[in-house]
Amino acid sequence: MNAILEARDLSAGYDESRILQGVNLALHPGEAIGLMGRNGMGKTTLIRTLIGLLPAREGSVLLDGIDAAALPVFERARRGIAVVPENRGIFASLSVRENLRLAARPGSWSEERVLALFPRLGRRIGNRGNQLSGGEQQMLAIGRALMTNPRVLILDEATEGLAPLMRDEIWRVIGVVREAGVASIIVDKTVDAVLSVADRVVVLVKGSVVHDGPPASLRADPDLMARCLGVAG
Amino acid sequence: MDGFLVQIINGLQYGLLLFLISSGLTLIFGVMGVINLAHGSLFMIGAYLAYVVAGITGDFWLAPPAAIVGGLGFGAVLERVLFQRFRNREHLDQVLLTFALILLFEEARASLVGNEFHAVAVPALLDFSVPVVGGFAYSAYRIAVLGICLLVAAGMVLFLGRTRVGASIRAAAENPEMVDLLGIDARLIHTLVFAAGTALAMLAGALAAPLQSVYPGMGDSILIASFIVVVIGGLGSVGGAFWAALLVGLIDTLGQVYFPQIAGIAVCGLMALVLSWRPTGLFSRA
Ligand SMILES: Nc1ncnc2c1ncn2[C@@H]1O[C@H](COP(=O)(O)OP(=O)(O)O)[C@@H](O)[C@H]1O
Ligand SMILES: [Mg+2]
Repeated sequence: MNAILEARDLSAGYDESRILQGVNLALHPGEAIGLMGRNGMGKTTLIRTLIGLLPAREGSVLLDGIDAAALPVFERARRGIAVVPENRGIFASLSVRENLRLAARPGSWSEERVLALFPRLGRRIGNRGNQLSGGEQQMLAIGRALMTNPRVLILDEATEGLAPLMRDEIWRVIGVVREAGVASIIVDKTVDAVLSVADRVVVLVKGSVVHDGPPASLRADPDLMARCLGVAG
Repeated sequence: MDGFLVQIINGLQYGLLLFLISSGLTLIFGVMGVINLAHGSLFMIGAYLAYVVAGITGDFWLAPPAAIVGGLGFGAVLERVLFQRFRNREHLDQVLLTFALILLFEEARASLVGNEFHAVAVPALLDFSVPVVGGFAYSAYRIAVLGICLLVAAGMVLFLGRTRVGASIRAAAENPEMVDLLGIDARLIHTLVFAAGTALAMLAGALAAPLQSVYPGMGDSILIASFIVVVIGGLGSVGGAFWAALLVGLIDTLGQVYFPQIAGIAVCGLMALVLSWRPTGLFSRA
């Protein structure tokens, strides 16, 4: 089966600094990849390069097997790649409804379905983005990404800084999205949760992939867990 | 007292015309982050367009639509060719570049239509006066301009507030990168905003042509007044620009009639007050 989204020998960075060093990664339809690594290892940089916010310096990003270098960010998004960025990117002056409707593209994820997934958003539908709590903003960011009816949902630290109940809620939704057949790349510090939801786990150290395999293979390597994720084995 | 009422209407009418110009200026700043000193020149170009169109066809009413259509096209080309490149530059660069554009536009105007003052006749259909109160009459054309400006303002508010494109313009003003991430071409939004701003400024010029003469440098004073409106209303705020334009129109008009000695500085003084007391604008939220 062809990968939807693929990085081949991908290098990228900012100005002088080269952050990603020859990354290889392939995401197949319906697959959930957990992207892990300590702070500053290049997870966000990889996401930004995949979606086109950063250019590939060497190697390439492929979308449905085709080199995406010429595709601007909005075009990659239209082809089904949705990103929930680290800062959530909620439009503060727009209402919850406007945030959702702005993103809408045809498909099975409608406003009703998204609101059914996040009943809490339904109760805040007329509020402006800056009137939401952090957890509600995160729900809106995910709901809005789903409104684009993506084939791939990329979540960058979606549960970061949220209260435990909110985190559970986000993990529940990640499970639902996965069941719905949307492929995903999940960046998160909660190792156990990632390992239980992901089909494959990719570990980045200083911009290079040091591990790519099923969760069990990572669990079986407490040394790698300790070194690369800071988790006591 | 009746004379006062007439001056109030004059002030409102001038203020609404100012709104057409400053709404584009503030949107272009808010959405693109570009300071466009040449925005006043677009007003001048609209006025000269009205002079030329009315002269050639003999029908002034062709001028406003020509200004809108021409402005949309001209603005789109300007944005794609020039302003897109100005977007991520320092404000000083933008000021220098757009100042150069003023000189360029004035030079083009001089070689195309010369340096003379021209009068543009008030369209015959509206060349009469409407009695207001107690013996005072008011130009029907001015009332029409007032009405057109109000319609345009209402249309803008509805468009920005109620449509999906309007929402994407507000979203792009906040975070263009996120707009792209949702699959909406933020560049296209920039082109649209710049084209609309250009069309509005040129429409204002066309409507103003019969009210004042058409003359070289007529864009300069309107540019300054528009910048004052934008600052008082809060940078990037269209709603703020609306109320600020009315305020500036009233103060300027009443000032010139009742306090001619200080009229020139009254509006600037107001801006200085706003800047030191509420630097985010008199009408900005939060
Ligand atoms: N805008 C930027 N300019 C320069 N360096 C950056 C920028 N953003 C991130 N970096 C650097 O790139 C490296 C990887 O960062 P990032 O991709 O954000 O890591 P992660 O998401 O894994 O925590 C870090 O060393 C960080 O300091
Ligand atoms: Mg990160």
